[in-house]
Amino acid sequence: MIAYIVRRLLSAIPTLFVIVTIAFFLIRVAPGGPFDLERPLQATVMANLERMFHLNEPLLTQYWLYLQNILSGDFGPSFIYRDFTVAELILDGLPVSIQLGGCALLLAIGIGVPAGTLAAIRQNSPADHAVMGIAMLGVTIPNFVLAPLLSLVLGVYLQWLPAGGWGGGAIENKILPIVTLAMLQIAVIARLTRGSMLEALRSDHVRTARAYGLPERTVVIVHALRGALLPVVSYLGPAAAALLTGSVVIEVIFEVPGVGRYFVQGALNRDYTLVMGTVVLLASFIVLFNLVVDILYGLLDPRVRYE
Amino acid sequence: MSSAELPSAIEAPPGHSLWADARSRLRANRAAMASLFILGLIAVVCVLGPLFSPHGYDQVYQEYMRVPPSLEPYPREDDLAAELDRALRRTGVTATALAIDGDRVIATLESDAPIDPRIQRHLERSGAFGSAAVALPAEGATSATATLTVNRHLFPFGTESNGRDLMTRVFVGGQVSLLIGLLATAVSLVIGVAYGAIAGYFGGSIDNAMMRLVDILYSLPFMFFVILLMVFFGRNFVLVFVAIGAIEWLDMARIVRGQTLSLKRREFVQAAHAMGVRAGGILRRHVIPNALGPVVVYMTLLVPKVILLESFLSFLGLGVQEPLTSWGTLIADGARNIQQAPWMLVFPAAFLVTTLMCLNFIGDGLRDALDPKDR
Repeated sequence: MIAYIVRRLLSAIPTLFVIVTIAFFLIRVAPGGPFDLERPLQATVMANLERMFHLNEPLLTQYWLYLQNILSGDFGPSFIYRDFTVAELILDGLPVSIQLGGCALLLAIGIGVPAGTLAAIRQNSPADHAVMGIAMLGVTIPNFVLAPLLSLVLGVYLQWLPAGGWGGGAIENKILPIVTLAMLQIAVIARLTRGSMLEALRSDHVRTARAYGLPERTVVIVHALRGALLPVVSYLGPAAAALLTGSVVIEVIFEVPGVGRYFVQGALNRDYTLVMGTVVLLASFIVLFNLVVDILYGLLDPRVRYE
Repeated sequence: MSSAELPSAIEAPPGHSLWADARSRLRANRAAMASLFILGLIAVVCVLGPLFSPHGYDQVYQEYMRVPPSLEPYPREDDLAAELDRALRRTGVTATALAIDGDRVIATLESDAPIDPRIQRHLERSGAFGSAAVALPAEGATSATATLTVNRHLFPFGTESNGRDLMTRVFVGGQVSLLIGLLATAVSLVIGVAYGAIAGYFGGSIDNAMMRLVDILYSLPFMFFVILLMVFFGRNFVLVFVAIGAIEWLDMARIVRGQTLSLKRREFVQAAHAMGVRAGGILRRHVIPNALGPVVVYMTLLVPKVILLESFLSFLGLGVQEPLTSWGTLIADGARNIQQAPWMLVFPAAFLVTTLMCLNFIGDGLRDALDPKDR
């Protein structure tokens, strides 16, 4: 098992390398640069800035330099957020994003899986239709519609929660962002669980378990749900990576100081180092969570062997 | 081999092709059929609506910024006096009595100085009034009667923050959003089907290399790609969405590859191969048509994904340029004005969500219809 994990992590290195390479050259060939302002800088100032950040050297030299730097853990200074290094920006925002994303993830699993299971057990009942109707709404209402609506209804009309703002990270300011983040995931997980649960409930091993006279609760939870969770787990891998690295929309609307906005701002401002930082961050999370998915697969399905 | 050689006495039962079966199953799915109808209705309204609307989508009514939705035309009777005062501001003339008679307003004008009949121009400059006629009892009189026609405007969805009719803008925005969804989906369909079919059919190291590329593209942050494309293609929206179609093909390629892998071992493909049909011909005639079921399902689910993506980009301020609009741009505007003018969010969002929901129901229905093993 440990050997398997180590092998998987080692095999991620070439993948990350290719991703870094593609991203590095893609952002560099994009027109515009980090110091293109509305009013062009003086030529000498520009030359100095470029010298300072090694932008005047050939692209391959810069690439080589960048590889050396990130291998020693140095992601460079941000071009736009002066006085901050990329590592500082990301390490500042990441805990917030992980906290919000993590809560949303737990909420989504805690509500989505039981709701989907219920809908599957009572297929075509009013409960099933209600769950699936709400799930359909959850899938189709985009978060940039849901967030302002929630803040209008709960924040402005009912005055239950602050309508916006971060408030230094007070609990009540975190509720709306977490709920908005979780809504889509609850809906997707409920739909996935219902679909695979319906199939699992008709499978032979569940029929056998029923034939043994096991209580329905055991049949559903131990025998059916375990197998039915496989598609949910494989969905959750990339979804968790995306959730934990923040959401631009949520961070803009609720003024959350997370890392999600850097994905957009970095690329828009051609903040080369920040873009690369976000690329490495997301890619590492995806690699990590794909590994977690594969390990969970082994735990849920004894037929899977780590090879 | 041809059917003409079969004895005609045997009446073959009418054949059911996969597609005919699927069509009848889809017809029986009430949610999908209702969605199809609603979606068609939305498309027709979005295309024809602006043609019949009295307002241009970029026509600004300065008097009516952010007026709430109403089925009664503006200006309201109560507002007419205020409108008249506004038109007469800085003329030294005041309106003292006001009689409203249908589309006409008869106002009595008073002034300290003799009234100049050219005051009529001031009145006509106001957007609320059409033509104005000023009747002076005598040259140099200090009171006069003005007869004004009222310009009545209907804003069923209200107006937005620049005073443009929201309903027309929602329809025009719908055209843009739907067009983008279809365009990007078509591009991703072509690339994904070709890529997946080639990878699956040739297999081996070609397949390995091609799918490894897909894996790597998957791990790049999607936003990074999209923003780069926006940067490359500038503000040419059509090109950007062709490009977005060009990065949304990854799932499609995986689906088609999986289908191709199982199809290429089937007898009819082997037979075609044995008869000397070339790879291109086999792919076109035998593999791709048989892989279309899941592709069609995925396609219906891709359209809402792309529409959502467009809205998301608009929300970030990367959408179509003013005065053109899309549902996403309207929603972003609405989100900014949510407290003063919630209708600016509600109407475009309702159209967007209804469309997405219809597309999802149709996709689900198609999946059930084409893949009956689930029932």
